[in-house]
Parts: sequence; structure tokens; C-alpha cells
Amino acid sequence: MINLTKNIVLYTILIFLMIISIGPFLWLISTAFKSSTENIFQYPPVFIPENPTFSNFIDVWKQIPFPAYIVNSFTVSFFIVILNLILSSLAAYPLARMTFKGKNFFFHAVLATIMIPFQVIMIPVYLMVLRLNLVDSYSNIAGYIGLVLPFAVNAFGIFFLRQAFLAIPKELEEAAIIDGCNVFDIWLKIFIPLTKPALATLAVFTFAGAWSEFLWPSIVLTKQEMYTLPVGLNHLQGVFSANWRYIAAGAVISIIPILVFFLMLQKYFISGAMQGAVKE
Amino acid sequence: MKNYYKSFTPYLFLIPAGVILIVFFFVPFFETLTLSFKSYGSDIYSPEWTGFNNYIKLINAPIFWKTLINTFVYLVGVVPALVILPLIIAIVVNRKLVGINIFRTAIYIPVVVSIVVAGIAWKWVYADNGILNYFLTFIGLNKMGWLTDPDFAIFSIMFVTVWKGLGYYMVVYLAYLTTVPKDLWEAAEIDGANTLQKHLAVTVPYMMPAITFVTVMSSISAMKVFVEIYVMTQGGPLNSSKTIVYYIYQRAFENLDLGYASSAGVVLLVIIMIISILNIKFLEKGKYPTM
Repeated sequence: MINLTKNIVLYTILIFLMIISIGPFLWLISTAFKSSTENIFQYPPVFIPENPTFSNFIDVWKQIPFPAYIVNSFTVSFFIVILNLILSSLAAYPLARMTFKGKNFFFHAVLATIMIPFQVIMIPVYLMVLRLNLVDSYSNIAGYIGLVLPFAVNAFGIFFLRQAFLAIPKELEEAAIIDGCNVFDIWLKIFIPLTKPALATLAVFTFAGAWSEFLWPSIVLTKQEMYTLPVGLNHLQGVFSANWRYIAAGAVISIIPILVFFLMLQKYFISGAMQGAVKE
Repeated sequence: MKNYYKSFTPYLFLIPAGVILIVFFFVPFFETLTLSFKSYGSDIYSPEWTGFNNYIKLINAPIFWKTLINTFVYLVGVVPALVILPLIIAIVVNRKLVGINIFRTAIYIPVVVSIVVAGIAWKWVYADNGILNYFLTFIGLNKMGWLTDPDFAIFSIMFVTVWKGLGYYMVVYLAYLTTVPKDLWEAAEIDGANTLQKHLAVTVPYMMPAITFVTVMSSISAMKVFVEIYVMTQGGPLNSSKTIVYYIYQRAFENLDLGYASSAGVVLLVIIMIISILNIKFLEKGKYPTM
């Protein structure tokens, strides 16, 4: 009897938390499906649309170049992920396994980048990409590079992979040396394959972060055709300022890719958030 | 094992990441410092040294103090909520209930969704004729200007920031909960402790590293809050929800006052440093970070 009461209380709390967490999105979806004849400000609010329609989605899709936004977001996120995987795993190797002069210095230099947020240095970073001509007013390719390079490596990634490398038994390395492997072979043929789960976690996390990045693209992008999804969505919000059916439909469209990605790769999200904390 | 690599090998591995960090982190970091003593007068390409001018202008700008106070309000409101609520949620979801993974997933969804989408969703919830005001009128209260009342807008946005962070910190705590020895909980129960006493006496001490981590991380992210404000209120009404990063962004990229904005950036940096050090000192007495 005590257990039953306890469970009822627990499930009530859980359902409440679930409604708070996804309620705003469900309400957005509901609005997006309401036809133009239905009053979206109706009191009491109607959750299930009277005549559900795709017309808002179709109209928004026609007026806003979503495919271009999605391609831009994907391109930028993809290269950020690839570069992070390569650069972090390269840097993590000596930090995990080698002794050398200045190791401590490197270690703390990387650590410092965690403590100082991008917002503090964003002005000179902007000047830097201007100087290097890595902006979309120069060329679209340059614009992509300017979106990618400042985020091509991340201290969390380096420490995360260093931790994964530390867990690999020294004997494997020794055996490889006896077999005549050079140091690059050891990195490529032992450390990389054996830390695939950590690399996958880092990839998923980096991708999700890059995909939703707003501040940097909103600073550097000047051409609408170069907009990433979050910048495009914020732009859409301004264009349709009064039309909440369209804004909602646009937001719902933009949510779909990342939601599918998350639901497919959930375990990596969870393990990433866990490891980021536990292993520090 | 003898060194199987040459003395310069470690540096070869560090160079690619090092170049990126130097070009896009360390050089900009030092340039923030120098820029804060410069002014872009007539020529956009060659700023002039103006000494402490930017800082003097900053101190005399009421709007700067306003954004600083708003940032502290944000910090004081958001950090305790993000330290305590996810811990409670983690304890609740850390049991084998039917369907518990569905609840965990739902709570985590705001974390993965872009803050722009989240801002739009909440703007719609907060709308004057929106669903939240309906509930207020339903229980007999007056409607509120959630995002249009200068006394209230910042708190409405703070709620969104907390809401978006709950899932992430919940997972952090869940990871640490596995380190608490189960028999200690059982011992506390046998001693007749109620749920609250049990967790205060057993869980919290074991969770201190996680609590420190969450405090430091949520403090830094509260100090740099920007996008949710940009999407929901643009800093208004009457600058009531404008924080320091918003101010920097505006002065730098809307007014092109790069030197002045950099001096505000330096102030932000100093504050973040002080808060991080205080957090670490008070919570873990120098044990952090231990990477």
C-alpha cells in the first residue's frame, strides 16, 4: 500500500516534468497544424486542431529556403566534427602517453580555453576571419571555412579522448613497437580503433553543438543563402513576426533533423554528458 | 619501456590543434586585452591607443551597470536552480520504474533542441493571448506580460534557461549517483532517516564533485547568456532583460564600437574568473580541476 502511494506520487512528478519539458514543443506542433480559419488565440486553447492541415508547412517551405539552410548546417557541422575528431585525437595521444618538455604547459594552456568563454574573445576572432578573408562576402567556400575553423578543436574533446587513451593497456603499445610499428601507426592502428565508442560519443556531441550554434554564424554571415538553420529560423521569426502559424511550422521543420538524430543516437548523448563530468 | 619516439614527436601531434587554438583562441584572447585600450575613430582598419578611455566610458555608462546587474540577477537566479533541481530530478529518475527511460528522454529533449527553437516555443507560450495567460485567467488571476513587462521579462527568460539545462545536469548527476554506495542508503533507512535526511546525509556528500562541476559550469553559462534573450526580447523592454554579453554583441556588431565592446569583454572575463575561483575554493577547496 505504501509502495502504491509512493509510485503514484513518483509518476505524478514524472508526468509533470515530462509536460514541462516537451509541452512547449507540442503546443508549437499543434499551432503549426491549425488552418487559417481556426483562431489560434482561442480561449480555452484547443490542443487538437479542428481541421489539421499541412498548408502552413507548404507555405513556409515555399518562402524560406530550408533545404539550403539544412545543407549549410550539415556541411558546417560535418567538417567541425571531422576536424575535432582528428585534431583532438592527435593532441590527446602525447598528452596521454608521452613525456616531453612543456607537457604541463600545454595541458594548462588547453585547460585555460575551457575557462574563457567564446563570448569574451569573439570580437578579435571576428577580426581574425576578416583578415584571413574567411567570410562569405569573399566567397561561399571562404564563408564555410570561417564558420568551421574557430570550432575545429575543443578542449573538452582533447581531455575526453586523452582519458579514453589512458585506459588502453600499455602492453598493446609495446607489442606494436616490437612488431615494428612507428608512432603514427600506433596512433592510427591501436588508439583510434580501440577508442571508437569515445570517438563516436565525441562526434555525436560535437555535431549536436555545431548544429545548434547561433552566435558565431549570426556574427559572420552576410548572405541569406549562407544561413545555417538557427540563423535562418531566427530570420524567419522576424519575417513572419505576426504569423504564428508560419513561425511554428518553420520551427517544427527545423526541429525534425536533430530530433531524429538524437532519438537514433541517444546512448551516445547520455554517455557523453556522463563522461564529460565523471572523468574530469 | 624505452622511448620509442623522437624528442620532437609529441610536438608534431600537438601542432594541428595548437595552431587552431593559437589563431582562434590565444591571439584573440590577447587582442581582446589590447583592443580594450584602443578606439576605432575615423579609420576602421587602424584603431588608436586611447589608454583607459574605454574603461572610463564604461564606468560612466548607466546601461553598462544595468546590464551588469541583470547578469548578476541571472546568475543568482539560475545557478541555484540548476544545481538543486536536476539533483532532485536525478534522484527521482534513478530508479527502476516502468517506462523510466521515456521520462529521462523527454527531460533531455530541451537540451538537444536549438536554443532558437526553444526561444520561439516559449515566446509562443508566453504570448499575451497565449496558453500560459489562459491558465492564469482560468485560476482567476490577471494576465501577465511575461515578456513585455519590464519587471518580469528577465525572469521569464531565466526560466527558459533553467528549463533547457535541467536534462543535461540531470545526466551529470545520474552518472555520479552510481558512485554512492547503496548500503549507505540502506543504513540510513534502517536508522530511521526520512527521504530528505537520507539524501542530505548520504547523497549530497558523495555528490560534491558533481555539485562543484555543475556550479562552475552553470555559473559560466549564466554569465554568457545571449541567444535566448536575442530571440525572445532583444534585451527589452527598456533594457530590462539585457545582459552583458548582449551589450557586448550590440556595441561590437551593431555599433561597430569594437574597442569599447572589448573593454566590456575584459570586465566579463574578470568576473567569470573571480566566480570560477570562488566556486572552486568554496566547494572543493582546490581539488578542481583535476584533469
